[in-house]
Amino acid sequence: MAAWVIYMDYMNILIATLSFAALGAVIGLLLAAASKAFAVPVDEKAEKITAMLPGANCGGCGYSGCAALAEAISAGRAKPGACTVGGAETADAIASFLGVKAEKTVRMRAQVMCCGTPALAKKKYIYEGIADCRAAMQLGGGDKLCPNGCIGLGSCASRCPFGAISIRDGVAEVDYLKCRGCGVCVSTCPKNIIRLIPYDSNVWVGCSSVEKGAVTRTYCDVGCIGCRICEKSCEHGAITVNGFLASIDYDKCVGCGKCAEKCPRKIIRMPAPGENKPDPSPEAAV
Amino acid sequence: MKEIFLLMFSAIFIENFIFARFYGCCPFLGVSEKPDTALGMGMAVTFVMTVSSAATWTVYEYLLLPFGLQYLKTIAFILVIAGLVQFIEMFLKKFVPALYSSLGIFLPLITTNCAVLGAALTNIQNGYNFAESVAFGFSAALGFTMAIVIFAGVRARLRLASPPKPFKGMPIALLTAGLIAMAFMGFSGMRIA
Repeated sequence: MAAWVIYMDYMNILIATLSFAALGAVIGLLLAAASKAFAVPVDEKAEKITAMLPGANCGGCGYSGCAALAEAISAGRAKPGACTVGGAETADAIASFLGVKAEKTVRMRAQVMCCGTPALAKKKYIYEGIADCRAAMQLGGGDKLCPNGCIGLGSCASRCPFGAISIRDGVAEVDYLKCRGCGVCVSTCPKNIIRLIPYDSNVWVGCSSVEKGAVTRTYCDVGCIGCRICEKSCEHGAITVNGFLASIDYDKCVGCGKCAEKCPRKIIRMPAPGENKPDPSPEAAV
Repeated sequence: MKEIFLLMFSAIFIENFIFARFYGCCPFLGVSEKPDTALGMGMAVTFVMTVSSAATWTVYEYLLLPFGLQYLKTIAFILVIAGLVQFIEMFLKKFVPALYSSLGIFLPLITTNCAVLGAALTNIQNGYNFAESVAFGFSAALGFTMAIVIFAGVRARLRLASPPKPFKGMPIALLTAGLIAMAFMGFSGMRIA
C-alpha cells in the first residue's frame, strides 16, 4: 500500500513537471517567435547620439528629453548643436559623428534681471499662500508693487534641473558655476524676468521695469528710470534705452564696466570680486 | 445578460479591488501622483487584466483541470500573465506605437501586479464561465482605474494643502485613501441578487 502511495506521488510530480515544462516551452516559443515577428528596427545612430548628450533630460532644447532630441538630430529635424547644455563640446562630438560641420555655439547662462530685495522694493500686501511664484501671480500679480519684480518664491529654483538657483534675500539668484544655460527657468518665471546672456558677460541690467522713471521710483529703490546716462557713457554703443529700460547688446559689449560706474541707481551690475562670479575657465568647473 | 451586468456592477463598485478587497495597493499608492499617469496605469491594467482573465481561464480549464493540477494554479497563472504581458508589449510596440508609448512604462510593472493575479484567481474561485471571467476581469480593472484616478485627483489637491507636519506626504495620502474606502463601503449595503 505504502509503495502504491509513493508511486502515485511520482506520477503527480511527473505530470506536473511535464505540463509546466510544456506550458513554459509554449510561452517561450511564442515570445521568441513574437520578438522576431514584431521586431522594430532601432535607430542605432540615435542611440549613439543619446550617449553623447549630457543626459540631464532638462528639456531646454524643446524636446521631451535627450533621447527625443537624439532621434530628431539623427532624422535631421534638429541641428547637432541643438543641446544648449552640452555646449560646443557636445555639438562638435555629434557633428563629427554625423560627418557635418558644427555651427558655433555660445555658452549661455541665466541671469535674474531684478535686484529688488525686500528692503529696496516695496510690497503692496503680505502674501501667505502657496509658496510658488505662479500661484502668487494669480493674486494681483504677486506681492511686489513693481509688476516686473522677482516674486522670490522660487518657482525657477524648484524647476532648475541643475540646482543652480537659490533664493537669496527674497530674490532668485543663479549660481553660475552650476548653471548650464538650458533655459528652463526662463520659461518657468511667470514674470519673464530671467534672461539667457553669454556666459562670460561682465555686466547686466539688474531691472526689468518698463514703467516711466517717476513710476518706477515709487515701486523700488533699484529700478531703471531710463535716464540714459549709461547710453551716453558707453564708448562702444552697446547700451540702448528702449522705452524706460536699458538693454545691453552683448555683441558690442566689451565688459569695460563704465556704465556700471555711472549708473545713478546702481542697477547695472558687475560681479563683485570673490562674489558669485563667472568662472574664467568654465569647462574646468564642470 | 442580466447576470453579467450585475457581476460587472458588483466588481466595479461593491467589490472594488482597491477599496473593498485591497488588491493592487502598490500601484494605487505608487502611480497616483498625477491624474494623467494614474489614468495611463489604469488603462494598462484594464487591458492586461481583461486579456489575462481570458488566458488564465483557458489554461485552467484545458490544462490544469484535465491533469488534476488545480493546486498549482497560482504558479501557472503567474507564468501565463508574465508571458502574456511580454507578448502584449511586443505586439503594441510593433502595431500600435502610440498606445505603446503611452502605456509603455506601466506594462512591465503590471507583470507582478497582485490585482491581475487576484482577478484570475477570483474567476476560478467563483466558478465563472469564460464570458463571466472576461467581464469580471474587465470591470474589476475599470473599478481599479476609477479608484486610482479619484485618488490621484485627491492627491493633486493634497500637494497644495498644508497639513500638520507629521501628516505630510504619505500619511495624509493613506488617511484619505481610508476615507474614500469608507465612502465605498456604502455600496456594500446594496443587495443585488
